[in-house]
Amino acid sequence: MNIEARQPSRSSRTKPAIVDVDIHAKSSVEDLRPFLSNRWGDYLQTYGQRSRHGYAKGFPYPKGQPLASRRDSWPPDGGLPASNLDFMRHQHLDQYGITIGIMNPLSPTGQGDQNVEFGAAMCFAANEFQIEHWNRLEPRLRASVCVPYEDGELSRTEIRRRAGDQRFAHVLFMSRTSELLGKRRYWPIFEAAVEAGLPVGVHVFGYSGWAMTNSGWPSFYIEEMTEHSTSCQAMVTSLIMEGVFERWPELKIVLIEAGFAWLPALGWRLDNAWKKLKNEVPHLKKAPSEYIRQHFWVSTQPMEEPDDPEHVIDVMNWIGMDHILFASDYPHWDFDDPFLALPPKLTAEQRGMIYSGNAQALYGFA
Amino acid sequence: MTINLHAIDCDVHPTVPGMKALLPYLDDYWRDSVEERGIGSLESISYPPNSPLTARDEWRGTGGLAGTDVTQLSETVFGRFGSSLAICNCLYGVQLVFAEDMARAFTRALNDWIVKEWLDKDARLRASIVVPLQNIEYAVDEIERCASDRRFVQVLVLAMEEAPLGRRSNWPVYAAAERHGLPLGVHAGSAYRHPVTSLGWPSYYIEDYAAQAQGFQSQLTSLIAEGVFAKFPSLKVVLMESGVTWLPGFLWRFSKFWRGLRTEVPWVDRPPDEIVRDHVRLTVQPFDVPEDSEAAERAIEHLRSDDILLFASDYPHWQFDGDEAMPKAIPRALYRKILVDNPLATYPRLKEAVR
Repeated sequence: MNIEARQPSRSSRTKPAIVDVDIHAKSSVEDLRPFLSNRWGDYLQTYGQRSRHGYAKGFPYPKGQPLASRRDSWPPDGGLPASNLDFMRHQHLDQYGITIGIMNPLSPTGQGDQNVEFGAAMCFAANEFQIEHWNRLEPRLRASVCVPYEDGELSRTEIRRRAGDQRFAHVLFMSRTSELLGKRRYWPIFEAAVEAGLPVGVHVFGYSGWAMTNSGWPSFYIEEMTEHSTSCQAMVTSLIMEGVFERWPELKIVLIEAGFAWLPALGWRLDNAWKKLKNEVPHLKKAPSEYIRQHFWVSTQPMEEPDDPEHVIDVMNWIGMDHILFASDYPHWDFDDPFLALPPKLTAEQRGMIYSGNAQALYGFA
Repeated sequence: MTINLHAIDCDVHPTVPGMKALLPYLDDYWRDSVEERGIGSLESISYPPNSPLTARDEWRGTGGLAGTDVTQLSETVFGRFGSSLAICNCLYGVQLVFAEDMARAFTRALNDWIVKEWLDKDARLRASIVVPLQNIEYAVDEIERCASDRRFVQVLVLAMEEAPLGRRSNWPVYAAAERHGLPLGVHAGSAYRHPVTSLGWPSYYIEDYAAQAQGFQSQLTSLIAEGVFAKFPSLKVVLMESGVTWLPGFLWRFSKFWRGLRTEVPWVDRPPDEIVRDHVRLTVQPFDVPEDSEAAERAIEHLRSDDILLFASDYPHWQFDGDEAMPKAIPRALYRKILVDNPLATYPRLKEAVR
């Protein structure tokens, strides 16, 4: 949360190798302009980004602090949190010995924009920016393929453009899509991701355009945050029930910043209902929880913290220790400190898997 | 009357066979409207009539419906399951009606039908007051109208309504419920003002049913974040047909965010998990646990409370086979609390039957 940056407290000898699958390297709108055509640059200037919510600037639910960022993450020389590579190295990458960090740009990227043509141009620009401004200077930082996911074909084009480029770690979605993720409109994206050998990362946020709960709009940011897990439950359910994993058995989904303690209970619920309603979804070849176990990975932040830490270890075992990836969410307010976030009772081997081994296996990082 | 108490079934469902059954309980205007406009049925897609979950096959009668007959319900719930009291939660789709006056008329008829066709016919039955949240004044009026009948033990709303339940506009309903010693029962189901997921409409019924659990999570978040339990310290909320085991993970997440964001909701002056332990109860059918009994035992341990579970068969929904309505995973040591003590502590009016 709002902790001050500390001096490195561990020698490099005791620092574990850490792959951080959620770093929010930031660009401004101006940063993307060089990568936009005149057409879309002018459009951006005149009409701006239009998400599926009402505000031209800012967020429907005001954050707890500016840009939802740690107070200490604003670079001393100015600029936005996580926009300055040197300061990011100092405060995060070197501080914790991050060996590889995956950048998940949230905004501006054009993802979820009402205008998908514009969204496609913005995604292209955001992807170029990640390479030119970040990865080229700091190869530890890997890029996400931002896609205009509300249009399957435009997304496929962007994925094919990046296919085979090892600097890109995964295809990136925001979790609040305008329809459930298993629906056919998104299938070209899964097909292209599998073709390119890329996992699909789904990071929480975005705006679906639908009410944020199935009982209407909540009042508070704390509800918006809590509700990420409910929308992800619906998303996981949809991917399974639509038969997406029967169609693309190699498809791998990484749930980022969604928490994870809800996942086993969802599997039990789906299994129970499926036993009685099997004939509605005859295309499923096994119990829903088996698809979860096989096709989903979760990232740790925001790490659930029950009073009894054994309970979260139960949950991790139910998900599978080999499907849990470390994430810090730097520079956001609910950042998990890599040295402190994991439950102390995990074995050294389990910590190694979560810090780096699982991510290396999933993403094929050397 | 004194009842020798074995078990209290906190969730059974009488089924309205059709609008015809409600005609005697409507005034002339609404009776004419129903007939002239051809309003035949208010059954909700939350429970498609022929879906396997909606009723166990052996309980389906004429027309394929189950739970239409008080004798059959009583024989099953009191005879085969061995309960001595049962709470009727009627799920007829009055909450889906858009016109407020129609909603009021149909809801009143429904509650009167429950009294005449069910409560008056078996002294072991209790019921929930169905309320038209379409108009809060009407909802409060309905509580006031029905509450003097002590066989009404709860106020009933759905897991998905037009607005999150905690919203301040709903508070007069909670004031009335608290005043009369009635818990707020939240049952699976939707008024279908919104898609059943925050990402739109799913393709399959199984997704709709699964999404009920997300509805409960959202409603708990709303009730707590808006400060309902700070304002109404005696109010109890009962979540019915919720699946139960989503609760611990949900609370860990919500409580963590509360620690970081509590300045946004300063009236929430203690962690959500504590509030839930004091105010919220859950019925045990269905009980979404893994088949592996050791994992199931751990999942129950994660609830960290012997007080929050209430026995329910969910008759006539198909949640289990045979006559053993208590989920297998629940340890014997908890039976007494779940069957009797917890329901009595939750529903003050039930005690009146067992004095």
